[in-house]
Amino acid sequence: MAGTDQPQPAVRLTGVGKTYPGASAPALSGVSLDIRSNEFFTLLGPSGCGKTTLLRMIAGFESPDEGDVLLDGTSVVGIAPNRRPVNTVFQSYALFPHMTVAQNMAFALDMLGQSRDTIAARVAEMVRLLRLEGLEQRRPNQLSGGQQQRVALGRALAPAPRVLLLDEPLSALDLKLRKEMQVELKRLQTETGITFVFVTHDQEEALTMSDRVAVLSGGKVMQVDPPVTIYEKPANRFVAEFIGDANFLPATCVALDGANAVFVLDSAGADGAQLQVGDAASFAPGAKAELVVRPERIALVPPEQGQLRGEVRTTMYSGSDLMLHCALANGAALRVRLSGAVDAATLQGTVGFAFKPDAVRAFAA
Amino acid sequence: MTTSAKRRNLALTAPAMVYLAIFMIAPLLLMLYVSFLERAQFGGVQWGTLTTVAYEKLVVERDLLGQLAFNTDYLSIFARSFKLAGITTVLTLLVGVPTALYMTTLSKRNAAIVLFLITIPFWTNLLVRNFAWILILRNDGSLDWVLQTLGLTHEPLNILYTPLAIGIGLTYSFLPYMILPAYVALERIDRRLIEAAFDLGADRWRTLRRVVLPLAMPGIIAGAVLVFVPCLGAYVSPELLGGGKSLMIGNLVQAQFGESRNWPFGAALALVLVLFLLLALASLALLKRRSALRLS
Amino acid sequence: MKAEHNLMVSPVNRVMAMLALVFLYLPIVTLVVLSFNANEVTTIWSGFSVQWYADVVGNDAIMRAARNSVIVATVATLLASAAATAAALGVARSTTAHRTSVEGLFSMPLLVPEIVTAVALLLLFVIVGLPLGLTSVVLAHTVFCIPFAYYPIKSRLAGLDPALIEAASDLYASPWRRFVRIELPLLAPGIFAGALLAFISSLGDFVISYFVSGPGSTTLPVYIFGMIRTGVTPEVNALSALFLLASIAAISIAFFVVRRLNEGNNAAGGA
Repeated sequence: MAGTDQPQPAVRLTGVGKTYPGASAPALSGVSLDIRSNEFFTLLGPSGCGKTTLLRMIAGFESPDEGDVLLDGTSVVGIAPNRRPVNTVFQSYALFPHMTVAQNMAFALDMLGQSRDTIAARVAEMVRLLRLEGLEQRRPNQLSGGQQQRVALGRALAPAPRVLLLDEPLSALDLKLRKEMQVELKRLQTETGITFVFVTHDQEEALTMSDRVAVLSGGKVMQVDPPVTIYEKPANRFVAEFIGDANFLPATCVALDGANAVFVLDSAGADGAQLQVGDAASFAPGAKAELVVRPERIALVPPEQGQLRGEVRTTMYSGSDLMLHCALANGAALRVRLSGAVDAATLQGTVGFAFKPDAVRAFAA
Repeated sequence: MTTSAKRRNLALTAPAMVYLAIFMIAPLLLMLYVSFLERAQFGGVQWGTLTTVAYEKLVVERDLLGQLAFNTDYLSIFARSFKLAGITTVLTLLVGVPTALYMTTLSKRNAAIVLFLITIPFWTNLLVRNFAWILILRNDGSLDWVLQTLGLTHEPLNILYTPLAIGIGLTYSFLPYMILPAYVALERIDRRLIEAAFDLGADRWRTLRRVVLPLAMPGIIAGAVLVFVPCLGAYVSPELLGGGKSLMIGNLVQAQFGESRNWPFGAALALVLVLFLLLALASLALLKRRSALRLS
Repeated sequence: MKAEHNLMVSPVNRVMAMLALVFLYLPIVTLVVLSFNANEVTTIWSGFSVQWYADVVGNDAIMRAARNSVIVATVATLLASAAATAAALGVARSTTAHRTSVEGLFSMPLLVPEIVTAVALLLLFVIVGLPLGLTSVVLAHTVFCIPFAYYPIKSRLAGLDPALIEAASDLYASPWRRFVRIELPLLAPGIFAGALLAFISSLGDFVISYFVSGPGSTTLPVYIFGMIRTGVTPEVNALSALFLLASIAAISIAFFVVRRLNEGNNAAGGA
């Protein structure tokens, strides 16, 4: 990497693939991504997408069939987990039940042959960092779920690993505790400066906590970007659908003007509504597309002012906002989210829908 | 799995496997070989010539003129063994299955207590337990004493040293072998299936017949096999309670290595027992598959 | 905790269960009660006495036989537990085919009628030229002790969160240290339970011991058999009752210790 001032990525995967024997599809295929130092990086995707397999490959519990896994520039394929400077927080916490909290947290340093004083000092530091004072002599089965989680964190952080892997660590906690721990984890990452690789299927969690998110599906990487980019500029249909809420409108391209394309909605009927979409240079007239627009980017306007027209069928009120289930003139369904109070009169009869050009994205159908 | 992991797994199981190969499989094969040999004059065997004399002895015998004649002595012992094993199995079924059913109606804690109580005899010495029956069944033993004190009988019942005594001893020895598998099988049944049956109008008996028993059948049959096969080869109960008059296969085998000194014949008898074990296991596997098919 | 209402409750089942329990314990109770009978004719009660117990304890031959039984049981259990623990670990992360063949082999001593195993082992020892003594008995007992020791270990291992083993590796433990510091302590209740089962089975074994023991290596059950053959005497009664009570005590202890170990060392699921 001569001539570049980019620091070495903490973790790099190049062309990683793996198929389990007897499986019909690969667990991972062609996965390449970089995870930077001091980054809170999240692997996000539905169950079965390969995110856990990927995590375990970094830890050393799985080996790739093809491709390479590098830590700080050195390949670690074939190196056992106990020789990698990587530690894991397991989904079940996996606290050693026959040891106390202090002994659990001291374990790694004990295995590394540190002196008793060093270990004691480090354990005390972890206890302070994770607010576990007074619980040092307890056994895991005497702790609450949240406390066990913090012990698992402390145990994995004690040896100051290069990378900390977290396998859906918050899934067993109730909502309130989970929200608290999300803040806690973010704080820990910032304070310790250790690279965190976090696995979750909860996209809201991923968006709130991460510096960057990798969205996976079917063993392939769909997109790797900061949360804002993932949300505003989904790279493909899967990401658009998996993240947040979205409307999908089948359409056909009728004209192309530089990077902007004009689409007509399918079965538009007499309406002939046309939409201009930016960043659509790949489309040629006649090409089929799916237009994606998020419910909160749609404004309700008088029919003549909107790019599309239709009627409001059902309204669902949920305190902070109002979800409108509408039908367009061509019969297609459209969901609109409005915040704040809405005058019921504006919802009657034919209504108009307006959106800025950058609120709509087009994907090849 | 990596090759080193595979090798490690094999290495770990090797000690136990090798030990059993030497001390379980090899002896059985040796016994098979011995059963095809001729007995030596003062016990032991003549190595070398293979013959089926031992097996023939089961059903025929040569009289003084060298003629073959059908011999039912040993066959009658087999028949008695089958009868006793069969009756024992039926008795343990009749007592064991309801007991297991009862246990499923108990709370977890009480069921554990009952299970514990039933398991204890299972682990105590068979000899001692059968000896206790000698005390009870002998003439003027406890049973006679109770019955005579209550005025129900006036003479000893003469139960000991009859097939009846053996049957009682066998049933006693093997009852836990039936209750435990039956309980495990019954306990596993999803309660909701029973509720559904009741919901659809079945009464307790029908539910039992059409839902519970078919589902528990594999476990119950396993219990039956666990009772029947060891019963066939039982030694202690017939020896202690039969008094040498009602021989079963087990006693016959022991005699060949004791007074009778006919090792090949003893080996042949033992192998017949193994044969019955294999038949029983095969039928069990077959029944399991059939009941699984029927339920699916 | 109230029992969940089970629709299959029936008085018939209850009666049968009570009958079964009475049937199972009647002989045991009878045996113990009669062992305290002062009368030499065991079944006619003439007074309470512990004389027969004193006779038993003072009998050298009996004590020797008891000592032999304990020695055999201890050695066989140690051998069997070691082999069974290794086997359980080897099978845990292995293929189904491997596990089936191991457990199939282990089931043989349990399924094959004892007399068949006894005869087969006798033939082996005679042919090989091993004299019948304590060694032959130990070798024979180990055969059935292995499966008894194995299943509790396997069960315990299956209940452990596999992440615990991974966590140990993750935290820099070498395979050996992982075994000593994590796997072994977590398996301990299972190993202990298995060892107890093996020990109790070995103590109580008769048929196999009868065939493969020689003069001087008589175990207690074989000795008792000899006594019964000679005649029913109060000494036999007392000895039998003693043996019985010792077994019951051992099993009860085993039961409770294992339960305590399992609760205090709760590794189910790790959470």
